[in-house]
Amino acid sequence: MIPGGAAKQDMRHRVTGTGMVILRTLLTRLLTTVITLAGVAVIVFFVIRVVPGNPIAMMLPPGATEEDIARLSALYGLDKPLVTQFGIWVAGVLQGDFGTSITTRQPVLDLVLGRLPATLELSIMALVMAVILGGTAALIGTRYRGGRREGAIDVANGMALSVPDFLWGLVLILLFGVLWPVFHISGRVTPSLELPFTTDFYLFESLIRLRFDLWADIVAHMFMPALALAIPLAAIIGQLLKQSLKETMNLDYVTLARTKGYGEARVILREALRNAALPTLTLVGVQFTFLIGGTVIIERLFSYEGLGNMAIDAVVNRDLPLIQGIVLLFALIFTAVNLIVDLLYAVLNPRLRHA
Amino acid sequence: MDGRSLIRRRAGLRLWLSAGWLMLLGIAALLAPWIAPKDPLAQDLFLGRLPPFWMAGAEPGYWLGTDSLGRDVLSRILHGARVALLVALVAGTITCLIGATLGLLAGFLRGWVDMVISRLIDIWMAFPPVLFSILLIAVLGPGLTSIIIAIVVIDWTRFARVVRAEAMAQGAMDYVASARVAGRGRIGTMVREILPNVLPTVVVLLTLEMGIAVIVEAILSFVNLSISTDDPTWGGMIAEGRTSIHQAWWVLVFPLITLFLTVLSFSQLGEGLKDRFDPVLR
Amino acid sequence: MSFLSIRNLSVRLKGGPPLLRRVSLDVAPGEVRGLVGESGAGKSMIGKAVLGILPPSVEVTAGEILLDGTDLLTLSAKDRRRRIGASCALIPQDPLTALNPSHRIGPQITDRLVDILGWGRTEAEARAKALLAEVQIADPDRVLRSYPHELSGGMRQRILIASAFAAEPRLIVADEPTTALDVTVQKQILSLIRDMQARHGTALLFVTHDLGVVSKVCQRLSVLYAGMVVEDAAVTDFFAAPHHAYSAALLAATPKYTDPKAGLNPVPEAVIEAVRAEVAAFDRESAR
Repeated sequence: MIPGGAAKQDMRHRVTGTGMVILRTLLTRLLTTVITLAGVAVIVFFVIRVVPGNPIAMMLPPGATEEDIARLSALYGLDKPLVTQFGIWVAGVLQGDFGTSITTRQPVLDLVLGRLPATLELSIMALVMAVILGGTAALIGTRYRGGRREGAIDVANGMALSVPDFLWGLVLILLFGVLWPVFHISGRVTPSLELPFTTDFYLFESLIRLRFDLWADIVAHMFMPALALAIPLAAIIGQLLKQSLKETMNLDYVTLARTKGYGEARVILREALRNAALPTLTLVGVQFTFLIGGTVIIERLFSYEGLGNMAIDAVVNRDLPLIQGIVLLFALIFTAVNLIVDLLYAVLNPRLRHA
Repeated sequence: MDGRSLIRRRAGLRLWLSAGWLMLLGIAALLAPWIAPKDPLAQDLFLGRLPPFWMAGAEPGYWLGTDSLGRDVLSRILHGARVALLVALVAGTITCLIGATLGLLAGFLRGWVDMVISRLIDIWMAFPPVLFSILLIAVLGPGLTSIIIAIVVIDWTRFARVVRAEAMAQGAMDYVASARVAGRGRIGTMVREILPNVLPTVVVLLTLEMGIAVIVEAILSFVNLSISTDDPTWGGMIAEGRTSIHQAWWVLVFPLITLFLTVLSFSQLGEGLKDRFDPVLR
Repeated sequence: MSFLSIRNLSVRLKGGPPLLRRVSLDVAPGEVRGLVGESGAGKSMIGKAVLGILPPSVEVTAGEILLDGTDLLTLSAKDRRRRIGASCALIPQDPLTALNPSHRIGPQITDRLVDILGWGRTEAEARAKALLAEVQIADPDRVLRSYPHELSGGMRQRILIASAFAAEPRLIVADEPTTALDVTVQKQILSLIRDMQARHGTALLFVTHDLGVVSKVCQRLSVLYAGMVVEDAAVTDFFAAPHHAYSAALLAATPKYTDPKAGLNPVPEAVIEAVRAEVAAFDRESAR
């Protein structure tokens, strides 16, 4: 939504009433979420089974006998017709039972929930970094618009945007792991450290317990993977926000604020930023799901013990129930992020907030 | 000089640099069997981890050094370019054809066709793409064909999303209505009136997609799911370099630089073309 | 002595044609001066130059803007901003876009008092409430807590007027403050501005294309054509006998409130030709 469209928006929402708008958005979104998740479930389930190749044979080491295969098939219910298998799986999932991992013999749900915090912490740290980096770039670019500094920021943004997180990860490894080794290039925490944690949210819990030594170690591990994930998103935030800031800076209320004696920085921060941030927000939501998707390869690259790293192991080991569980969880996170962004948009926009 | 021509000049430079690098790479890939100084597969454990030519201990002929198995890094990069560019061209083109067709159909025909395709796109967007591609390779088995299929299956939505939106915008314009009034059929209108107008966008997306294909191939060979491990691929070399980074940085650095420049070039070429096509800047 | 004194101000589009051609005018304390002209005549540009809000594509090439004896153009950006902020204010044209949609009304009035002028928060809020009452807003408490989109256009213009008077400025620039409003609301807003101006004794630079409005509000006026002041006169003298042919034609083109049936006489071609020639001669002069 462009700021200029404000008046029109204004009229429409005054007529409909805000509560209704939010409620209706929520319901539509919930419905499409359910459809999407069902679609994901169907696709992931059948893709790994329908394509040529016996899934049971894939699970066993080479040289397994026909008997082994038959026994294993029965154990995992894979001897039943596909549709029946699907029914059993879906029924299980709806009751919170995602099946048992073939490689570790542990419930998929436990495995996945054990790794989820690591990935969430990494994603959120990356998001925070992206917002700080991109936001700063946008603000500086707006403050010095038309000048050489804006040009430099544009070039940096273009570079950051052109190269994906995977390559930034490798570049960072070379820079801060080898050339100037200040950060750890693999793992989530130094293995020899005693961890007093009761949850898997290490970063968060180390702060709560005031164990800043552990916290520093964890940050030193997370810094590079998080930065690699953050760079492309930071560039997108930088570009979009600068664009809409510059548009906002020409609006009447900003001009009026200038006559009141405020400096440029204050005008940008207090008058323009909030209104300019709204259109950026929705796009950042979509981009954040890309960032989360990127954790898969970035966790691998930095041997970070999160969901994505486990997913690749699961694929390599042909652990079908685990793959299904992880993909479904990712899909759930993606749709949840989009939903949260929509709600956030409604909350932050005063035109929607008040009837 | 005003700002606009400055932008155009910078965009022009960017366009030519990118195109130049890609041309160079293309020629190197074509001629790799003849210009590569060594056999990319030849192992020689006595020549393992040789440094590049300017460092002490380098062997003549091994310009960029060797990896832990004594294979020549430069030769492997040149041969790796064949894989990378082949995947870029084939996967990019097929993805483009399928995605753009679906997007065009959805955006122009609307109705239930649009419903089905849009819902499919939504579902696709809920998959983490890297995980999805790894999954597909696991199912299809390693190999070039699998990589290409995986890229097509995952990335058609990029084209479909954008082309659908463009086709919708174009379809609402007067010239389309007048073509219909003049008696042209729906499919005819789509091909003759809409398609030429969305073509610039498609070309830009295709260029960007080729860069993405190169990256996906590199990622898959990094995870060791690409073509067989002996064959030279940039991703495979990077994976090897990552493990021996403290002993032999050159095994990682040279393929990384090549990959970096290639991905950057495809992307900058795409952006440059976008500016060229953009009527506001033209 | 005049509070605002503009001397030979020339402004042009960067690398482009002049927008203001050696404009001079004075506004005495408490005086209301109208700036009249067709759209594009540069009348808004003068207000913007005074308030230091010229668009970045525009530059001042010559002249001075003396505010209380100090030339604003020689000050540093920060000093200029402070000085303007402390003694001037703007009543903008479009009340729908001139209030920040993200902030409540209260802070939009009080912030400058607190941040720039160092008032206490409660003091500033009391002031805002009093001002809203003064511009005849029935329920100041509720309005101060509202967001702009919850209020009507007329209401928002009242708020903007109140806000302009909040810091007791010595000069207010009113940039076509009634143009964006309904005709019925226009009259109320106009008399509100006049009353407020009279009560607070504020000097007013009133930008408008409507000579009818000038006759009701202003004491002096400047008529502009192509960024050139073609006539500077007291309002009573002007309406009795305009000096310049162009301003006379402009006056003739204005519908009379006393006799609406008199109709509109467009400015004759010949007059336009003559004033254009005058502008061209001026440009030749200054090019030499």
